[in-house]
Amino acid sequence: MSEWRLYEVFVRSKHGLNHKHVGSVHAADNEMAMENARELYTRRSEGVSIWVVPSETITASAADEKEVLFDPSDDKVYRHASFYELPDEVGHM
Amino acid sequence: MYAQLVETGSKRLKTLEEMSPEEREFQQKIDAETKIEAKNWMPDGYRKTLIRQISQHAHSEIVGMLPEGNWVTRAPTLKRKLQLMAKIQDEAGHGLYLYSAMETLGADRDEEVQKLHDGKAKYSSIFNYPTLNWADMGAVGWLVDGAAIVNQVVLQRTSYGPYSRAMVRICKEESFHQRQGYQILLDMMREGTQAQKDMVQDAINRLWWPALMMFGPHDDESPNSQQSMAWKIKRKSNDELRQMFIDQTVPQLEFLGCTAPDPDLKWNEERGHYDFGEIDWKEFYDVLKGNGPCNRERLATRKKAIDEGAWVREAAVAYAKKQQQRAVA
Repeated sequence: MSEWRLYEVFVRSKHGLNHKHVGSVHAADNEMAMENARELYTRRSEGVSIWVVPSETITASAADEKEVLFDPSDDKVYRHASFYELPDEVGHM
Repeated sequence: MYAQLVETGSKRLKTLEEMSPEEREFQQKIDAETKIEAKNWMPDGYRKTLIRQISQHAHSEIVGMLPEGNWVTRAPTLKRKLQLMAKIQDEAGHGLYLYSAMETLGADRDEEVQKLHDGKAKYSSIFNYPTLNWADMGAVGWLVDGAAIVNQVVLQRTSYGPYSRAMVRICKEESFHQRQGYQILLDMMREGTQAQKDMVQDAINRLWWPALMMFGPHDDESPNSQQSMAWKIKRKSNDELRQMFIDQTVPQLEFLGCTAPDPDLKWNEERGHYDFGEIDWKEFYDVLKGNGPCNRERLATRKKAIDEGAWVREAAVAYAKKQQQRAVA
């Protein structure tokens, strides 16, 4: 099985929702990855659409880069609606 | 429990002072209930313990299909046959969810399966007992899956993210297993002949103690528990889980109109729990060492399946390559 690729599986559970990562499968090709994903992750109508993606094609942020990557957004409070206080008389905005 | 006696490589807990800065930060994350993910730093022992536990758990699901596979062609009705096949397919699925979770730790699936076939990796002792009559299918679903659920519900809160998420998925599916098992027994007790009722009691007599053994040795005989609990891989002790299982199972046993093969089993008003007799630990360790009634047969069946399926896997790879070449040409 080592020759089989590892694929990550994403399932859209309902129309209108986005695809969500659910796990992985091994397969010899894309078509088999799709069949295996269907058998493994949607045996009880858990999905209406499946994506399978070869794991090695995913670029992920590194765990130890968390600060470099995400800290810059922490001090930009003005990006949130709650930063802007309006008088009560203005009503809902 | 589907994982018994998982080695952690440590018999004594390190104090925060003894830990390296990385270890300390890791332990503090665990203590704060932050889930650990695949790419996060983790102590080598934590990684190895998880690989051992998750692979053992996965092997148990896969070997666990065999005692039931024995009854697919012998199921009494088409309905029962379909239910049994659905349950067995779920178990294959559970094994695969778990192998996936294990692979996120850098373990290789083929290597871990090879360890099982070489007798170096364990699986739950329960699957080394034979399934001799149809009532065994009921008793396995009710008692064995029941014991697994008690353990797995707690494991949904285990500290390693991918393992925890696999457990959430598995727990959603397990209750079907237990209910279908109990219903088989109920039907036999309510509508069966005397011979069929006797089969139910016989199945319970044989599987009761092995089901209790699934939770592993007593807490004071479980040297790896302390470290596993500190890492929150394990969330409750073997004895606690066993007691929970007995307390919830005895009323169901009485409702069936059956008895347990344990003269010491009785309600203890003061403790608010059932008291029960001592497990035959010699039998437990014997089965774990490979000397149970079906150990050799189970492993031989798994090896045969892998070996005889080799040509299918090779053909799939050859076909994929050919398709790729055609696409390029």
